[in-house]
Amino acid sequence: MSMDEDTKDGGSRRDFLYLTAAAFGAVGTGSVAWPFIHQMNPAADTKALSTIEVDLAPIEQGQAITVMWQGKPVFIRHRTAKEIEEARTVDVSSLRDSQTDEERVEKPEWLIMVGVCTHLGCIPLGQKTGDVKGDYDGWFCPCHGSHYDSSGRIRKGPAPKNLPVPPYAFVSDTKIKIG
Amino acid sequence: MGSGNRQPFDNPVIEWVDSRLPVFTLMNKEYGVFPTPKNFNYFWNFGAIAMVMLILMLVTGITLAMHYAAHTDVAFSSVERIMRDVNFGWLIRYMHMNGASFFFIAVYIHIFRGLYYGSYKQPRELLWMLGVLILLLMMATAFMGYVLPWGQMSFWGATVITNLFSALPVVGPGIVEWLWGGFAVDNPTLNRFFSLHYLLPFVIFAVVFLHVWALHVTGSNNPSGIEPNGPQDTIPFHPYYTMKDTAGLLLFLLIYCIFTFFMPNALGHPDNYIEANPLVTPAHIVPEWYFLPYYAILRAVTFDTNLFLLIGLVCAAYLVAVNLWFTKKPENCPVATTFKIPVLQDIPMKALEPLMAAGAVLFLGIGGMIAFMPDMGMAKMMDAAAPVLVEAKLGGVLAMFGSIAMLFVLPFIDRHPYRSAVFRPWFKVAVLLLTIDFFVLTYVGGKPAEGLYVLVAQAATAYYFAFFLVIIPFLNKFEPRVPLPPSIHQYVLDKKAKKKQKSDDYMNALKPEAAE
Ligand code: HEM
Ligand code: FES
Repeated sequence: MSMDEDTKDGGSRRDFLYLTAAAFGAVGTGSVAWPFIHQMNPAADTKALSTIEVDLAPIEQGQAITVMWQGKPVFIRHRTAKEIEEARTVDVSSLRDSQTDEERVEKPEWLIMVGVCTHLGCIPLGQKTGDVKGDYDGWFCPCHGSHYDSSGRIRKGPAPKNLPVPPYAFVSDTKIKIG
Repeated sequence: MGSGNRQPFDNPVIEWVDSRLPVFTLMNKEYGVFPTPKNFNYFWNFGAIAMVMLILMLVTGITLAMHYAAHTDVAFSSVERIMRDVNFGWLIRYMHMNGASFFFIAVYIHIFRGLYYGSYKQPRELLWMLGVLILLLMMATAFMGYVLPWGQMSFWGATVITNLFSALPVVGPGIVEWLWGGFAVDNPTLNRFFSLHYLLPFVIFAVVFLHVWALHVTGSNNPSGIEPNGPQDTIPFHPYYTMKDTAGLLLFLLIYCIFTFFMPNALGHPDNYIEANPLVTPAHIVPEWYFLPYYAILRAVTFDTNLFLLIGLVCAAYLVAVNLWFTKKPENCPVATTFKIPVLQDIPMKALEPLMAAGAVLFLGIGGMIAFMPDMGMAKMMDAAAPVLVEAKLGGVLAMFGSIAMLFVLPFIDRHPYRSAVFRPWFKVAVLLLTIDFFVLTYVGGKPAEGLYVLVAQAATAYYFAFFLVIIPFLNKFEPRVPLPPSIHQYVLDKKAKKKQKSDDYMNALKPEAAE
């Protein structure tokens, strides 16, 4: 390295050029790569499918229906007084993912949640009258044996979280909008 | 590869091409006269067999893609159309389906060969690691291929496996949505899986090329594990091994054909002939048979790893490390001396070791109790003091990927100077047990994760990791070193002499005079 003027402070103009070129190269590569990564994220039309309306009137007490929302099943259960009672008398601090039943419902008789096991994504059983409902009178995931209670909270088995509650609102007394 | 000192060919056409682009010289050098150890057994066939299977997969796959349609509305029926209406469609699909299984059979035997005869060792480390990379790529390819027919197992297998990534803290859920291109496995997922399923085999092809290139730099290992050191140890690849490979290949393909023609669905799951239904989960989700060992390892971690359990494991690992991983036991704590931790670096190992041993027993005991018997009174009391650090779901995922990572780093763990298990009596036992362990994992991976199956899977997983982390380091240090024959040639002669001796003894024993 010659003892030029510009090496006095320990770096040459060439070093500076190398560094800026490398920095611009990295930013440039990144900004070209991003569209190719981001294209794999949910597309606009996929995201647009994200609200549905459901009429609750035909669902009798003790019955449940499953609707599709964002490609996932949503469980809608018209709970009986017994089920609500069971869900509310639990000691919340003893739960793996502690949440009160009140936090999980708008109206106590209507339990609305995404029916996808938080373990590895199977659909728990318990929607149909003949289904096994697990040890806590709610849902049972046959894949690896997770038990959910009548509020959809995880009680036993490998799943880490409660069945998630989707964003929804009552647009009238018997109609909800999910999403 | 250069054309500098090229031997001219007699055939004028070949000579014309070769003097401009020396492909014939290259082929002759690498596959004609290539000096190869003369003592290969039939385990050395499986590389060539795997290569043939890869080409078979490419040909059948590209032809299937001419009729297959990657859309959730029609994917299932397009495969059914291939089976019923497309001319010879049934044959091409069955060849592809069973081809995947037999590709894995060939590659697993190939890997076993590498393990048993120590082919992963210096100077073939990179060759081995490229092989493990090929295995990983094959797994990704086969997984995505299995999703394409859009049956129940396709859909639910894809759901369970992509959901594994949700176990990663913070970024997990984002990654899963990114993989899906939506909020569940759906049409965007199927589409991209088809695109990648088409691409990856060509990537595999490129890595295979590097793998073979690396092989031709180091040359092949052989059953004795001794490097050839002269022409008496080698023979030209052609015709000797082109013929031996062909013989083995034909036998392998014969068995493959028996499956393809007479029991094409024996290795598959009947539920995949039911169209995918996002609302109904099959009772037992099982992956294809070649994934079962890893699936068993995944599900073996049924427990959360709490703070105590982790401390206990670290203590145990420390003891294994100072006693086995280090060639000579360090005087003081190696961590403390490297980081110049005051006080700690002055404590002699003699005093530290019993401390660590006590820590291991105590913490593994309490941590294990909390993890495995959470309902016991004692465990409940201690529970609050030991926060969960790695949830079971994440632990399973780490163990599963860790099992492949072990293969990847094996060349750097095993420092015993001998390669072949033929001259390593202890290693031989350990590696054969590992092979049995692999079958056990395969078996329990296909069973429901309950009761005894979980315990067996846990024990088998423990042995799998112990093989790499404890047994191999132990053998590095303590396995006796019997004298090796000076050359492959001598090894072959010794073996012949021994065999002859045996048969002579037998014949002598049969003779009536000998009885008197
Ligand atoms: C490394 C090589 C390959 C492996 C291990 C592999 C594996 C698989 C597997 C396991 C299946 C599911 C079979 C079934 O159950 O129906 C499949 C399907 C399929 N593969 Fe491949 N494949 C490979 C190469 C290719 C290539 C190069 C193509 C070319 C595009 C291709 C195209 C297809 C198509 C179109 C299907 C769906 C039709 C069907 O299910 O039979 N594959 N593949
Ligand atoms: S997916 Fe429900 S328990 Fe595993």
